[in-house]
Amino acid sequence: MSVTDSTKPVGIEVSLAMAEAVKLAEAEVVAAYPITPQTHIVEHLSDLVANGELEAAYIPVESEQSALSACIGSSAAGARTFTATSSQGLMYMAEMVFIAPMLRVPIVMAVANRAISGPINIWNDHSDIMSVRDCGWIQIFAENGQEATDLSIISFRIAEDKNVMMPFILNIDGFTLSHFIEPIVFPEAAKVKKFLPPYETTHKLDLAKPMSMGLLGAPEYYAESKKATDNALLGSKPYVQKAFDEYAAIFGRQYKLVETYRMEGAETAIVAMGSIAETAMTAVDEMREAGEKVGLVRLRLWRPFPVEEFRAAVRGVKTLAVVDRHFTPGFPEGPVATEIRALMYHEDDRPRMSNFILGLGGRDVPRNHFKYVVEKAKDLGAAGRQGQYEMVGVQE
Amino acid sequence: MIEIRFHGRGGQGAVTSAELMAQTAISSGKYAQAFPSFGPERRGAPVTAFLRISDQPIRIREKVYAPNVVVVLDPSVMSVTKVDAGMSDDGVLIINSAHPVAAIRKQYGFRQKLATVDALHIALEELKVPITNTVMMGALSRICGVATPDDVRAPLMERFGPTLAPRNQKAFERAFESVKVEG
Repeated sequence: MSVTDSTKPVGIEVSLAMAEAVKLAEAEVVAAYPITPQTHIVEHLSDLVANGELEAAYIPVESEQSALSACIGSSAAGARTFTATSSQGLMYMAEMVFIAPMLRVPIVMAVANRAISGPINIWNDHSDIMSVRDCGWIQIFAENGQEATDLSIISFRIAEDKNVMMPFILNIDGFTLSHFIEPIVFPEAAKVKKFLPPYETTHKLDLAKPMSMGLLGAPEYYAESKKATDNALLGSKPYVQKAFDEYAAIFGRQYKLVETYRMEGAETAIVAMGSIAETAMTAVDEMREAGEKVGLVRLRLWRPFPVEEFRAAVRGVKTLAVVDRHFTPGFPEGPVATEIRALMYHEDDRPRMSNFILGLGGRDVPRNHFKYVVEKAKDLGAAGRQGQYEMVGVQE
Repeated sequence: MIEIRFHGRGGQGAVTSAELMAQTAISSGKYAQAFPSFGPERRGAPVTAFLRISDQPIRIREKVYAPNVVVVLDPSVMSVTKVDAGMSDDGVLIINSAHPVAAIRKQYGFRQKLATVDALHIALEELKVPITNTVMMGALSRICGVATPDDVRAPLMERFGPTLAPRNQKAFERAFESVKVEG
């Protein structure tokens, strides 16, 4: 009996749960190179392929550059394709990462987010994914193991939608999500088959109907090609929500592009992404208990950025405390804060905003960090000052 | 919610203990999470692992800073690590030791309730190796009422297989029966 046959919650490491979900999604090709903290995902997939639970080609490669190259090839040939990486691995495959969207290959890649060296660091932050922010993939952040498991299936559905046809990055925090044992409810295999039918496309490399992909984009066509790719990415947003809604109709777990928590009457809102949002929720509960009018806005979808949904989520809020897990050396704010400030600039009723860098290189993010950023953001807002980011807890 | 911190040395199974206890709690219908203090694994070096068990969904991912319970798999870590860090006085320390509780209290100055079990002796007899994880799980389960010998049977079988699982079950049960708690 497989772990995914259980109808009750299973205590399982999130990495393994994701591999099991990729099995349920019936990926046909997995090409990957192991790198901490992503390794357990592809290691478990290689087990599933070897023991016959997943009928797929597992392609061990000598580098991440080759991993994604193999994935692009297999996806271009019409196979449902999965890979996973982290940090230095993502850096090493970066060249291919930027090519995949223009080829419109619906690869799903899990990125177990980890700091980039140096100094050498294997722990969690978002510097890897933010360094390829402009790669053109759909990018999403999972909050907990259940979400990571569900999204490992939903992501194929979105990527392969004929109206989308874009590669998809599923971000999970390295260690603080990937290596947690927690309760997971596995979606029933037969229902997954209905939700996610086999991948079919006419846009593929086929000997019977030859076509070329990845040609030269001379000055006469390069801009058009880039614009077309961005149109595809921007245009994917309603199909992301549509897939979430259809998943909810079958499996009962509803996801949105932007999630809000206790935002009723909130004057201050924390903005966060990824698994720290769970700790932030508990911090918000404790602050609410103490009478603080505070809530949480979590970005699940990062690209395409859910502009309207975000603006709606923070409407009426006086102060935003925006959390970044990466920073932009030489610039006053991190990437998430920069984007949100840009989005809010034209709003008549825009909130005061402060930016806090938390949890770099695996530094723990406890509840009191969220309490601190709320207090600090309120003070800065009251003083009318908004400026340089604060790296919370840094020893100077 | 009960928050538990495990202290041991690399190779003794502190991480496995936390994971198996979480899996046992989840299979009994509770919510639980387990995770190690992440880092390169080094055999023999002090290791910490964390466990939360609750009747409600757990929405917190910080380390355990104020444990209700601390499990010490290897008494030698007590001289290099402050195992009671962050604990309030109403917590309980469960220590692998054959020494009298009074002597331990005197040496380390613990203010919490203490429980001891001669885990090394049980592990060597039942498992033939000085790995104290399932033994300490037995002590923890008894002291905190978080699992019974029946609850762990399936998780142990899943983890250790038909040859080793019965021995680990026996080790668990012996600690469950023999753990000594003050007062």
